[in-house]
Amino acid sequence: MNDAPGTTGLILNEPLLWEKGKKGRVGFSLPRRDVKPSPLSPELTGDGPDFPDLSEVDVVRHYTRLSQWNFGVDTGMYPLGSCTMKYNPKINERQAGLPGFSGAHPLIPHALAQGALQIMFELEQYLAEITGMDAATLQPAAGAQGELAGMLLIHAWHERRGSRRSKIIVPDTAHGTNPASAALCGYRPVAVASSEKGVLSADAVSEVMDEDTAGIMITNPNTLGLFEENILEIADIVHAREGLVYCDGANMNAVMGVVQMGKIGVDVMHLNLHKTFSTPHGGGGPGSGPVCVKKDLEPFLPVPRVVKTDAGYAFDHDRPESIGKLQAFYGNVGVVLKAYSYIRTMGPENLKKASHLAVLNANYIKEMLKDTLHLPFDRPCMHECVFSDKNQAPHHVTTLDMAKRLMDYGFHPPTIYFPLVVPGAIMMEPTETESKEDLDRYIEAFKAIVQEAGEHPDLLHEAPHKCKVRRLDETTAARKPCLAG
Amino acid sequence: MKEINELNLPDDVRYAEDHEWARIEGDRVRVGLDDYAQDQLGDIVFVELPQVGAVFKKGDAFSTVESVKAVVECYLPVSGKIADVNKALEDAPEQVNQSPYGGGWFVEVDPDDISEWDTLMTNAQCLEKLKGAA
Amino acid sequence: MQYLPHTDDDVRTMLQVIGMDRLTDLFSTVPEGCLMKGPMNLPESLNEWELNAHMQDLSGRMAAAPAFQAFIGAGRYEHFIPASLSYLLSRSEFVTSYTPYQPEMSQGTLQAIYEYQTLAARLLGMEVATASHYDGAAALAESLLMAVRVTGRGRVAVSRLVHPLYRQTIQTYFRPTGYDVVELPYLEDGATDLTGLDQLDDLAGVAIQSPNFFGCIEALQKAGEKIHERGALFIPCFTEALAYGLLKDPGSQGADIACGEGQSLGIPLSYGGPGLGMIASGKTYMRKLPGRLVGQTRDLQGRRGFVLTLATREQHIRREKATSNICTNNSLCALAAAMYMASLGKTGLRELARLNRDKAEYLKSRLKNAGCRIPFDRPTFNEFVIEFPPDFEKTRERLMAKKMIPGLALKTFYPELAHHYLVCVTETKSRETMDAFVKEVSS
Repeated sequence: MNDAPGTTGLILNEPLLWEKGKKGRVGFSLPRRDVKPSPLSPELTGDGPDFPDLSEVDVVRHYTRLSQWNFGVDTGMYPLGSCTMKYNPKINERQAGLPGFSGAHPLIPHALAQGALQIMFELEQYLAEITGMDAATLQPAAGAQGELAGMLLIHAWHERRGSRRSKIIVPDTAHGTNPASAALCGYRPVAVASSEKGVLSADAVSEVMDEDTAGIMITNPNTLGLFEENILEIADIVHAREGLVYCDGANMNAVMGVVQMGKIGVDVMHLNLHKTFSTPHGGGGPGSGPVCVKKDLEPFLPVPRVVKTDAGYAFDHDRPESIGKLQAFYGNVGVVLKAYSYIRTMGPENLKKASHLAVLNANYIKEMLKDTLHLPFDRPCMHECVFSDKNQAPHHVTTLDMAKRLMDYGFHPPTIYFPLVVPGAIMMEPTETESKEDLDRYIEAFKAIVQEAGEHPDLLHEAPHKCKVRRLDETTAARKPCLAG
Repeated sequence: MKEINELNLPDDVRYAEDHEWARIEGDRVRVGLDDYAQDQLGDIVFVELPQVGAVFKKGDAFSTVESVKAVVECYLPVSGKIADVNKALEDAPEQVNQSPYGGGWFVEVDPDDISEWDTLMTNAQCLEKLKGAA
Repeated sequence: MQYLPHTDDDVRTMLQVIGMDRLTDLFSTVPEGCLMKGPMNLPESLNEWELNAHMQDLSGRMAAAPAFQAFIGAGRYEHFIPASLSYLLSRSEFVTSYTPYQPEMSQGTLQAIYEYQTLAARLLGMEVATASHYDGAAALAESLLMAVRVTGRGRVAVSRLVHPLYRQTIQTYFRPTGYDVVELPYLEDGATDLTGLDQLDDLAGVAIQSPNFFGCIEALQKAGEKIHERGALFIPCFTEALAYGLLKDPGSQGADIACGEGQSLGIPLSYGGPGLGMIASGKTYMRKLPGRLVGQTRDLQGRRGFVLTLATREQHIRREKATSNICTNNSLCALAAAMYMASLGKTGLRELARLNRDKAEYLKSRLKNAGCRIPFDRPTFNEFVIEFPPDFEKTRERLMAKKMIPGLALKTFYPELAHHYLVCVTETKSRETMDAFVKEVSS
């Protein structure tokens, strides 16, 4: 334990904003008043919100202290399966902050926004190339919105052909956003079970595919970290009944330059720029969920489209078959800029290499931990691998306990209790930006924890011990919610 | 979580497939969630109950129960009209964990057909079923 | 490559452990027919210095302040962002952290978002605010869907003075649901015409934007009363959050769900995104809210701490029965807004809001004196509609040459307003700039 990264250190307590400050303090340099007051009628004038008054020092200390209670990718490893917590290059932050981009209003004339329009146009092309598709949109604000867009596109495509379908096939390994997005679009998800190999079988899909099914939502590689090896056959089965294949591209990091989804039967897919393409997670967003489609679905893409004309780049609003808009403007441009910078920095060779190293890292962890933790699928994995807490059951130690103890060792826990098909699932995705030494430290830490599980289970039951807070009472938080101060 | 032989399955109630219990109280049937269900769910944080007067058929979803990390639907063991709901669960959902057959009751039903109660499992049958599934 | 730490040695050793010979062996489970045959057709990699030069060049082909003075609002507002904010927001513990599902190592994000929720709720005069949504348009669409869920009714009404792009977004969200969206027209004075409500039944919710797209401040209390008479939920929305530093908040006017865009609160223009969707309601609807919520609680030792709560509403648990499919919120944007509200404080926010309105009033009256027409009577905040003289095109060209963009032409969204522009003035427009604008219009 002494060599593990996790240690204790002095961090400071910090009250809530409204527990500090003094009336009359200000933390903002107010602009000069160079016009006369024009009072608004008292009927419309309010009292203003009850905000604390804080100085700049108050605010800076407050957030500096709060930040020190957080763990980030810059702090250490986040082996979160299906999240692809890779390193966020700092140079990309600089690009997004360039005043020409950060200070540009979305409704200025095209001629005055050529820089951003070019980037958007080019990024669409790069994403289409990486996924083997014909066109892309950058408008969806995050993966879930990308999924909704995908569902709407499928819906529009069927509608144009005069067919109203009510169901969509969703594997049992799917992320919760999949059936939720399908439901938002009025589709009833039909579950299909993965085989004992952990992948979808063509037979299982064939059994449920019919003329009332709009298509299938697959994740490839799937959430067990396995490549859906029957995808060509499955796509054929779905296409034969005039359904479409949607791919949740959250796990794209495994196959860049190795597999192009568009060439293996996928008609529409979303990507997560905040996963595969290195844009930061920001503690929960903003992300960006571009959608890539085959030619047939292009007319339905959200409006406006970025086009290249003789006069330069422009927006085309004349898209009568478009599904419409998911956000007011064109997408999370601030995030898009970072993904663009990442792809320009990496280039095709390094993107391909990144996928190879991501898969290498995951397989390495799998091999090194398979004698320590129960491995439900002992076959080569892609960029993530799934273990379970089966071996720890005799000690009454759960996945949750091990996850909490891992924090004391200085690592963020892997994804836990997902996918649902593996009880007590522990899904690990190291990503390619973790070095062998960091992986070895992580492996050692897990081995130590498993040993502790046998010898001192209470250490795990009461973990974490070294974080700012101990385990929190989530029950009371849900029974008696206190959502504002 | 409890072992099967630690479960409390009283004999004055009958049990449904999904672990709801039903007890005859005068002309009404009182319904709740059995000890196995509450134990599996863990700390219950919220119970959504139907309106008084709502009508259900046997097997219809009439309530949802939430723990911190899970949500399940409960199915009415007998057809009928809701005559009363346990308002105490609004402020004290933990009653379902602490007293599943007492203070943790969900609803009282004016049953359409009281013979439906006879088709439910006895505590012995319920125990057998749990042992079989284990 | 600086983001790929593996040396050839590392790769060799690791492959040995796995029992493979080459990196390509890692894809042995991928059927031959699925593998790419050639390389991806993407531009060759740029080093950091080449990337800087390339992006600098592209950034130079954008019209942005201070070189350009754009008098445009229409859903995205130019406001000053203090250096302290940019600095604090760049702290990598905030930027590179994940969603706080493991609360013990995410108390920074969790307390910050709890504070954001509180300040947002206070700004809007409501009891509960969510941890944020994608943008104002998506937030409004989600709020209307929430009204449908809460009331069990199948129709919503949306004012024509709600932002046109928000209305388009609502159409997109609603089309596959089968629920009906009715548009409410506007009156001569620039406010929403609610008389049509009497003819609508099965009404779940009504959305009125204030300040509305024309910049006019709606009479929200009266609107709320009328809407409640129909048994529907009152959903006031906004695109300019700063207005509530001065105006009566939606909560005080009877709002059931208040929603809108918080970009004005410390988030840069950034060519339209990311934004900050805000949704707030009373405690009665707490369990029906979409999106994440942070709650206060205690740890094993009785210390105060924060967690994501009421998660059973969300997609990862309730899946197809979730209140929404939303997964990410716009956490870093919410953080920026909290920092902004904290830096301004009650006093600063009031003064800044006043300054916005006063500057807009100044330009409005000067343009009026220069021969332009103000078609709508209702009071405005920092945006207003103006009808320029018919030969405005020449003036516009001169203004553009002087790097001033005189507002947004309304004819695409409102064909009946062919010569009208929506002009926005924030604290970023000096008197000199405004005078220069007026000078061109007068000449």
